[in-house]
Amino acid sequence: MGIDLPIIWAVIIAFVLMMYVVMDGFDLGIGILFPFVRDRGDRDTMVNTVAPVWDGNETWLVLGGASLMATFPLAYSVLLSALYLPLILMLAGLIWRGVSFEFRFKADEAHRPFWDKAFASGSYIATISQGICLGAFINGFEVKGPSYMGGALDWLTPFSLFTGLGLVVAYALLGSTWLIMKTEGALQRRMIALARPATLVLLAIIGIVSLWTPLAHPEVAARWFALPNLLFFAPVPLLVLATSWLILRVLKHETHAAPFLLALVLLFLGYSGLAISLWPNIIPPGVSLREAAAPPESMGFTLVGALFVIPIILAYSSWSYYVFRGKVRAGEGYH
Amino acid sequence: MFGLSALELARIQFGFTVSFHIIFPAITIGLASYLAVLEGLWLWRKDTVYRSLYHFWSGIFAVNFAMGVVSGLVMAYQFGTNWSYFSAFAGGVTGPLLTYEVLTAFFLEAGFLGVALFGWNKVGPALHFFATLMVAAGTLVSTTWILASNSWMHTPQGFEIVGGKVVPVDWLAVIFNPSFPYRLAHMTVAAYLATALLVGASGAWHLLKGHDNARVRTMLSMAMWMLLLVTPVQLELGDAHGLNTLKYEPAKIAAIEGHWQNVPGQSVPLILFGWPDMTAETTRYALEVPVLGSLILTHDWNGHIPGLKEFPPDDRPDSTVIFWTFRLMVGLGMLMLLLGVSSAWLRLRGRLFQSPLFLRFAVLMGPAGLVAILAGWITTEMGRQPWVVYGVMRTRDAVSNHSALELTTTLIVFVVMYFAVFGTGITYMLKLIGKGPLDDTPHEPGGDALYGTPLNRRPSRPLSAAPDGIDPAIDTSKGV
Repeated sequence: MGIDLPIIWAVIIAFVLMMYVVMDGFDLGIGILFPFVRDRGDRDTMVNTVAPVWDGNETWLVLGGASLMATFPLAYSVLLSALYLPLILMLAGLIWRGVSFEFRFKADEAHRPFWDKAFASGSYIATISQGICLGAFINGFEVKGPSYMGGALDWLTPFSLFTGLGLVVAYALLGSTWLIMKTEGALQRRMIALARPATLVLLAIIGIVSLWTPLAHPEVAARWFALPNLLFFAPVPLLVLATSWLILRVLKHETHAAPFLLALVLLFLGYSGLAISLWPNIIPPGVSLREAAAPPESMGFTLVGALFVIPIILAYSSWSYYVFRGKVRAGEGYH
Repeated sequence: MFGLSALELARIQFGFTVSFHIIFPAITIGLASYLAVLEGLWLWRKDTVYRSLYHFWSGIFAVNFAMGVVSGLVMAYQFGTNWSYFSAFAGGVTGPLLTYEVLTAFFLEAGFLGVALFGWNKVGPALHFFATLMVAAGTLVSTTWILASNSWMHTPQGFEIVGGKVVPVDWLAVIFNPSFPYRLAHMTVAAYLATALLVGASGAWHLLKGHDNARVRTMLSMAMWMLLLVTPVQLELGDAHGLNTLKYEPAKIAAIEGHWQNVPGQSVPLILFGWPDMTAETTRYALEVPVLGSLILTHDWNGHIPGLKEFPPDDRPDSTVIFWTFRLMVGLGMLMLLLGVSSAWLRLRGRLFQSPLFLRFAVLMGPAGLVAILAGWITTEMGRQPWVVYGVMRTRDAVSNHSALELTTTLIVFVVMYFAVFGTGITYMLKLIGKGPLDDTPHEPGGDALYGTPLNRRPSRPLSAAPDGIDPAIDTSKGV
């Protein structure tokens, strides 16, 4: 049979997760930027830019979790139980900020600062937890059969804390460039001022992760530095440098969509770099996609529904973003 | 914590999060169909009462749906975090069913929910009604998938075990497993009844407060018709579900009934009340009615049901708990029947909207449907124990290797957060209900009751556009 179900599903899940990171990334970024913006009206404008779309962004996370269970049950069970505590923290953070997001609109004056703080703190908790999970994932897990053999706190390493911090900066960059695109005036200038250092810090973080990973994991070093791989993969770090340079450049002149689109490219490059390092493992360092795959009966059955519904979700999301395109002005909601 | 084992803590955690979650989908299922009926009546009769009620309840529906999505997020991950051996073993069957449930929900949200909630003045009446019908149908399809998955865990079939993992060989057999039709019908009707009780209690509350108008009366009247006509159907469905359980999960029935030893050929009594003692293997203080057990459970004067002693101690569900949760569910069902019948009697005498005693009874019964749903689920899930997949995998083999300390920590996080977050959400919904459909002004474009919900695609966000001034907070003076 010509259809390679595990590969198709790996691509779908990678795509779903990337959609999640990109889309929830900038709206988590809004929460991360809250402490840097004091003005009430500015905060309202910031939140208004994502109000029509943020909940759609989180649907990708649910879809990612459910389809991982359906198609790679071993990966689902091992990864989720190994990352138990940070994942629960992430879910708690996401719920907390999601509800605060809605209730800050409904609250009276006395309660608004509470929901603002809740929104910002939830965004930080969710982002740091996701970054920690990412770092722990790169570090790999001790697995035997269907069992995670490691300890409850194996995810807590200097490296994972560093990637946790790194993701905060990455989302802050996505959030600030999103706001550059969606706002104007003083708030936009403030975001330009924040996006510049965010780009530089993120570049440094990508650099450190790119050195740290091959140093700690010889198999990753072998993947990248052996010839001819080095030649194939060399464009990735070069493009990272070029993109960062371009972001800094357009921040000086262009004040519309370019910084945000470039920030998306930067994130995509980082994502590709990770994929290169870890392929074809779904539970690093030792369990491959095929070993963790569900029976073809399960993958095929689920594929029918996914191929039908995912395009519809994509079309609807695009339409939603199209409807709400353009700048959001202070004191202006969507109508 | 309290000397509980990691397994017990994991079960408590799952039970806690899923119990909170189920409240919202149950109301979503019921309200979606209620909205479809209201819109149909509005299009047919052109009575503005139905249109007002549609807009009033769609606002509450939106908040409730959002709570369901948020609490469902946790469920999508808990099978892996807490029940990793179950997921690794049975994920090939339950994973696809869960994914279909998620896909159905997203399909619904992506298309029809937006139109139903915000499209009243933007699309034609026929298209809008179609969207509402699709939302209602979508909630039922979602229910179908999730109950297929759950029912398969009670009455598994259509699979083989290859290399220590479940492999689905016949999806139709998996989905249409023996307990599925009964569980689906019983749960769907339960959701309808729970919603009717909530709607009825809202109407009764407003009448008691002196907010008497046609909308409030219609709310109460429709809810009471629903209770009168559908509660008997639910009792019948529950009975059929019971017969099915006796056939496939006899130990559950023995535990529900508190029976330890029955002699074949002799009629079995019904134990009305008592205290099943798992260690002494007897039901203490039993208050019995002779023969009635046989009659109800087997529809035969001398029908036999097994006693718990016929099962090894290791295979027995906890009779002490489910004996009582079952009686709680059935007792509430009887009260629902009483409420429905008394409404019919008062209606005949023309006093449905005037009797304070009846209205108070209706208000008190507001949460009864949800309590009965929780009691019923505890009965059926604890009654399946010690199995997670009946006869195939034991719960103790399904649980992840987390320590009691980890589970205690996360349980505390869940409990604190759920009460804060969903407590606030439920309070907010009750405040919306408390405002009532008190005026009959035409609906504003975009949905005036709906701003501030996550589903609002055209939100009028700033508070300047929010004249109702309903603060969702319970008490936030503590700060974070």
